[in-house]
Amino acid sequence: MAEPVTAVQTVSAGKRPFWTEQRRSRLTAYTFISPFFILFAIFGLYPIFFTIYLSFFKWDALGPMKYVGMKNYDLVTSDPMFWTSFTNTLIMGVMGTIPQLIIALLLAVMLNSAMTRFKKTFRVLFFMPNITSIVAVTLVFSTLFGNNGMVNWLLHQFGMESMAFNSGWWGVKIAISTMVMWRWTGYNAIIFLSGLQSIPLDLYEAARIDGANRRQQLAFITLPLLKPFIVFVTLISTIGSLQLFTEPYVYLGQSGTGSTRQEGITMVTYLYSEAFRNGFFGTAAATAVMLFIITIIFSMINMWVSGRMEGDTGGGKA
Amino acid sequence: MSSNSWAGSSRAPGDAGFISKTVFYILLIIGALASIFPFYWMFVIATNDRGAVFHIPPLLTIGGEFFNNFQRVLERTDFFRALFNSLFVSSMVTISVVFFCTLAGYAFAKYEFPFKTALFYFVIATLFVPSQLSVLPTYIIMAKLHWIDTYRALIVPAMVNAFGIFWMRQYVSTAVHSELIESGRIDGGGHFRIFWNIAIPVITPAMATLGILNFMNVWNDFFWPLVVLKNSEHFTIQIALQQLFSNRDGLDYGMIMSATFTATLPLLVVFLLFSRWVIAGLTSGAIKS
Repeated sequence: MAEPVTAVQTVSAGKRPFWTEQRRSRLTAYTFISPFFILFAIFGLYPIFFTIYLSFFKWDALGPMKYVGMKNYDLVTSDPMFWTSFTNTLIMGVMGTIPQLIIALLLAVMLNSAMTRFKKTFRVLFFMPNITSIVAVTLVFSTLFGNNGMVNWLLHQFGMESMAFNSGWWGVKIAISTMVMWRWTGYNAIIFLSGLQSIPLDLYEAARIDGANRRQQLAFITLPLLKPFIVFVTLISTIGSLQLFTEPYVYLGQSGTGSTRQEGITMVTYLYSEAFRNGFFGTAAATAVMLFIITIIFSMINMWVSGRMEGDTGGGKA
Repeated sequence: MSSNSWAGSSRAPGDAGFISKTVFYILLIIGALASIFPFYWMFVIATNDRGAVFHIPPLLTIGGEFFNNFQRVLERTDFFRALFNSLFVSSMVTISVVFFCTLAGYAFAKYEFPFKTALFYFVIATLFVPSQLSVLPTYIIMAKLHWIDTYRALIVPAMVNAFGIFWMRQYVSTAVHSELIESGRIDGGGHFRIFWNIAIPVITPAMATLGILNFMNVWNDFFWPLVVLKNSEHFTIQIALQQLFSNRDGLDYGMIMSATFTATLPLLVVFLLFSRWVIAGLTSGAIKS
């Protein structure tokens, strides 16, 4: 804990002191890193094991716990609402993430190539959505996506039917994915941009001298060198989209209490309402464990796909 | 379009043709407008009367109703109390995160000790565990400690985090020279004294970046405050905003937007003042390993 100060006096001549410089600095290092490990043990590690334990019990967080084996998992997997929340999460994840990453990559490429001016201004403007709170974003977009809101007005201008963005099955998903996209596209564009800027220009120079056309430069220089950034951003976005909660909760909860309406319920919303609205801590814990397993599966798919990408481009790595 | 922009990527910056350059500028401006329009829209609705949201064609001009709208916010919630709660919680968490993450990052960067690599990988691995996995037991711990509906419930679990340690380690390992630390030791400086007097002054920019990023995250958090806060006097601004979104007497968007705008403004100003640091921190801290 505290710095040992008494060591030097107690040393008899000829004996090595116990508190050598090495021991002292090791103790210091462990002390310096200990806050994280202590806090994580209490609010991270212990809760994780407790969640797994809890998922085999029936419990309302107040009375005694009752062991029920796999019953909670059976209850969750036989609840149609869980599967609705699962498919909703996946659909909104795909709708929110894939276009977002493509647009972010295009924006980054444009910022990196043609721009010599205003680069910093554009970066700040693109990043601005990320600093607003999700609650604020959701409130703003709920006016834009209202029945007589601006988006429907625009659809009319283009001669299209208006859409029920606050109650329709697709409408709700489109609205929520748009909020996610608006918040994260610029953020990802800036990460991609820093990736692009880390590629040395003389690589392109050399490739051009060797007669590589632009497509080849893209395939053999830009994409392979940008790959770690693409993998990182995709992974983070995937994990983030599996945890979607605030947008659907606020957007569909116009009564001030949040909502678990079918069109937009996500896995975390399901978990939240099982635990804190219905008081079923056991099934909520089972849901949390399943969410974790699904997260691991998706992360592994991500890694596997990016590993395959490497195989396909072969010796493309510069 | 996409092949066009792709092609541009493989040129050196600055030598794109005139047409592609123009196209790039137009697309970038569209992107920038899309990014800032909701902010402007928020302000438009906040400054107009109740019917303004669903005006046809959409209203795009700023009105003079802001204070009337905001008056109704004050009738409905203790807005400034919530703002203060957020400010207090975010500041406490940020001070603590910056201090403890800097200490840990410094230790991982500059000390040798058994299991260092394994422990560091462990720290990184915790980044990938979804917070929902621990939310129920953490709630129960809070209940046992009688911390439900207190600031402690928001502050204590967030006092140090893995991203901060990672980010500070990156910066310390390049910015602080080991010779300086060694000579400080030889001159008889204590470990903490060297950290405080030699390392800290060099790494202040990284600490500032971490502080701002962390402040924004805590300020904008919604899930955990929603779980542990019960009484409106403890609500953070996010919970207070969400409470306004109620259709008890028809949704009053003028009121809601005057509140969201006022709640967003401080963060926006801070971000615009420090945007260089924030963005630099984001791009260098997130990836390099």
